[in-house]
Amino acid sequence: MPTADDLKERIERALPGAQVAVQDLTGGGDHFRAEVVSNRFTGLSRIQQHKLIYDVFGDEVGGPIHALSIKTSTPGDGR
Amino acid sequence: MTNDEIRAFLENAIKENQVMLFMKGTPHEPACGFSARASGCLNALGVQYSALDILPDPRIREELSGISGWPTIPQLFVDGELVGGSDIVLEMFESGELAELLGAEQPGAPAVEQDQPQPQKRPIGLENRLG
Repeated sequence: MPTADDLKERIERALPGAQVAVQDLTGGGDHFRAEVVSNRFTGLSRIQQHKLIYDVFGDEVGGPIHALSIKTSTPGDGR
Repeated sequence: MTNDEIRAFLENAIKENQVMLFMKGTPHEPACGFSARASGCLNALGVQYSALDILPDPRIREELSGISGWPTIPQLFVDGELVGGSDIVLEMFESGELAELLGAEQPGAPAVEQDQPQPQKRPIGLENRLG
C-alpha cells in the first residue's frame, strides 16, 4: 500500500525542484491529497497541470490509489 | 453493448450536452464525495446540466477515460471540452470562473463545503482486527 511519503518522493522525482506536500486523508493509504508548486506548470492549463501529476502514477490512480486530490500552482502564484 | 458502442454513446453525450457531468451516482444520490462536490457546485450555480452515472458498468469508466485521458471520476465537460475533475471544478467555482464559463450568477455564499472531500468509510474487514 502506498504511503504519503512514497507519493511525495515520486512526484518530486518526476518534477525536480517542485515543492510537494502529500497528505493521507484517511490514514488508509488510498485517499490522498497532493499540493504541488512547480515551475513546470507555467503556461499550462489546470487540466494539463493535473495530468502531469496523474501521469506520475498511471494506472495506480483508480486502483491502489483510490483517490488523488490535486492542487497545483506555480511559485509566482499568490493565494 | 460492445465497448465501441459505449464509447460512441459517451462521445455523443459529450457532444450533445452543453454541460455534461460524469459521476458516481446521481446528483440526487451521489455515491462518492468527489462526485457530490462537483454536482454540488453545478447545483449551487443553478445551471442545467446532464449527468451520467458511470457505476452501472465498469466499461463506462474505461471508455470515458480513454476518450478524455483523465483517470478519475467525476469529469465535467462543457461545450465538448473536458473542464476537469472535482478539484478543478471546485477551484473554478470558488474563483467565479465556473459561473463565468457557464454564464451563471455566482451565488453570494459558497454553497458547497470547502473542506477536504469526505471519502466513504472503509468497509470493516476482519484483517483490520488481526493486527
